[in-house]
Amino acid sequence: MKISEIKKIAFTWGVNVSPVRVQQPGFVTPTDNRFMNRSCIRELKGLAVILCFVLVPAISPAADEKYGYPITGSYEATILGTPDRLKSPPPAEISSKRLLLDVIPDLRKPEVFFYDEGLRCTLAYQDREAPLVFLIAGTGAGDQSSKMEAMTRELYKAGFHVVALPSPTHPNFIVSASRSHIPGDLTEDAEDLYRVMELVWSKVKRDIEVTDFYIGGYSLGGTQAAFVARLDEERKVFNFRKVLMVNPFVNLYSSVTRIEELLDRMPGGSRKIGSYFNKMLTKFSEFYRQGDLDLNDEFLYAAYKAKLFSRDESGALIGLAFRVSLAGMIFSSDVMTNGGYVVPKNRVLTETDPLGDYFLVCIHLGFINYLDEYFYPYLQKKRPGLTREELINSLGLKSIEGYLRASPKFGVMTNEDDFILAPGELDYLRDLFEGRIKVYSRGGHLGNIEYSDNMADIVGFYKQGGQ
Amino acid sequence: MPLTKYRVVAVGFVLLYLVFLAGCATAHPAKLQPVEVPAMHSVSEFSDDERFIDLPDPWERFNRNIYNFDYRFDKYVFLPIVSGYEYVTPVFVQKGVSNFYGNIGEVTTLYNSLLQTKGKKFLITLGRFVTNTTVGIGGLFDPASSLGLQKQGEDFGRTLGNWGVPSGPYLVLPLLGPNTLRGTGGVAIDAGVRSEAVNAIDPFKNVDNGSMIMSGITTLQSIDLRHRMKFRYYGSGYPFEYEMVRFLYLKRSELTLKK
Repeated sequence: MKISEIKKIAFTWGVNVSPVRVQQPGFVTPTDNRFMNRSCIRELKGLAVILCFVLVPAISPAADEKYGYPITGSYEATILGTPDRLKSPPPAEISSKRLLLDVIPDLRKPEVFFYDEGLRCTLAYQDREAPLVFLIAGTGAGDQSSKMEAMTRELYKAGFHVVALPSPTHPNFIVSASRSHIPGDLTEDAEDLYRVMELVWSKVKRDIEVTDFYIGGYSLGGTQAAFVARLDEERKVFNFRKVLMVNPFVNLYSSVTRIEELLDRMPGGSRKIGSYFNKMLTKFSEFYRQGDLDLNDEFLYAAYKAKLFSRDESGALIGLAFRVSLAGMIFSSDVMTNGGYVVPKNRVLTETDPLGDYFLVCIHLGFINYLDEYFYPYLQKKRPGLTREELINSLGLKSIEGYLRASPKFGVMTNEDDFILAPGELDYLRDLFEGRIKVYSRGGHLGNIEYSDNMADIVGFYKQGGQ
Repeated sequence: MPLTKYRVVAVGFVLLYLVFLAGCATAHPAKLQPVEVPAMHSVSEFSDDERFIDLPDPWERFNRNIYNFDYRFDKYVFLPIVSGYEYVTPVFVQKGVSNFYGNIGEVTTLYNSLLQTKGKKFLITLGRFVTNTTVGIGGLFDPASSLGLQKQGEDFGRTLGNWGVPSGPYLVLPLLGPNTLRGTGGVAIDAGVRSEAVNAIDPFKNVDNGSMIMSGITTLQSIDLRHRMKFRYYGSGYPFEYEMVRFLYLKRSELTLKK
């Protein structure tokens, strides 16, 4: 669960809530309010801060005169994203529908996931012929996470059909679309994604006219897009002509380690994640009580100006948000495989069983735990003799670099201050994708993806050389 | 007159709910399960840390039952009706409807601001109500917001809170979702006041089928309420959504109470 998704839930119980059109599978309506109501969304922002206690943009004179994204701190940019006034306006209306896919027939789902009725993807469609772009979400994100919605909206506005897919690390994908129910292996995840794409295509090909297929993704989704593209060279179902990677991981292991290290700067490190969170919450509550502001953007600015959180504390918030995503992934996977990792083996969880204790356990487990205690043993069984080093090397772009270097269909966008890249990895990307990469001077990890110039570049990439 | 209607509807929901509970009770016959093996990691291992996002919930199983009931009610009844409404109604009409009911809701904020002696809130809300009822043509438009009079929102649950009544346990309500025991009392009082006020005015007493019109208005109000709610039960797909929602709801109420 990403910060943006937590925000979504948080917004719900506010006073003003934006209208949303319910999309039943197969029920298509000409407009979809979900993408329309920006003013409402602005009103809603207040609540989100309770969990995110987000810091606020340092609106300072830009170091790079040409690039107008305003937030200079990489952690702050990552947490805050783009101020509304710097996003490009949404289309007046958008034709879209939610698809519910039965990816694995006869799959028996545990009762605790009774609400999972299939893989949820979003289709935004044009009523004329156009290229179709498949988008893959980042770690822990679903098909309608705010970044996915933003990309879908912009590409739709530019005349593309769009299919938004959840990340293979999202619980819905783990339960309903992953063959192994164990995410992380880029090759296996690409195969699962490819199967989903084929299924989507078989469902929609009679309703929409498609001239070409493109693919793209952000963060882990960007890295996965590269692996799906390579698989497509063998399978040749889509013959993707363009592949866009936005702020991709060069290596899953190295990037995730860097994100988790952000928690280590707090007293007690990730072992005391509960104490750290409660301390931040107290700070935040005190500040709110003393002030005369509502829980909204203005309040966030005030919190930032008052330097409520130090740089290390803000960094740790990013680590915490990652752990929240990871917790959902570990729990879902363990229940699906009856792996006995965090839930006792053979325990049958019902739909009303309290899950708080499992949450507490999962939030304390890092990616390293997942890798060494769960993921690596699973792969070792499948591929005897696989060493830990081989596994880690397989979790990155290096394992397919020959293909990436030679293929002209790729485009990469990333930021100089994206902290998920280890020293040397940005240079590696620059070298690997020479002439096909654009590096922005700031934005942290994805903070600038919704900035109007960045969105124009995303659309421009898919438009270049004609649709 | 509308009170009898409410009763019929309320009894209907209670019956529906009992049927649902009965369904749950029979759905899980005892089965022989393989023996449980302790998990590699358990909660005792992390007892040296504070609890995370975990707030007291003594009625958790009951609450989870209602949470799941709300999910199913949404899915099979509420949301299909709401999407039908959205399909047949132009967007500007939907906005007008939301504004209209929002304007009626200002009355609740008015007397509750008064009871809590929140003068600023009372005046802003009074300004909104007068402006929107007159210039906004009976509340169909919301010119007050563009004049800088932002919607405030108060209810009797918050009034009780400000009077020092403790919040009581977390309580998930059928159809209405997350709340607390205190908030539930507040919801009941505010609803009672509203229906008494409507009875006293009884705008349709001289009209044929007046009670039909009144129940139509009440039904549309519920549809509008759900239409404005972005939330979807289990919409996040996150396995700990219940815990997250509980935390966010309780923390938010606690934080904003004094404002």
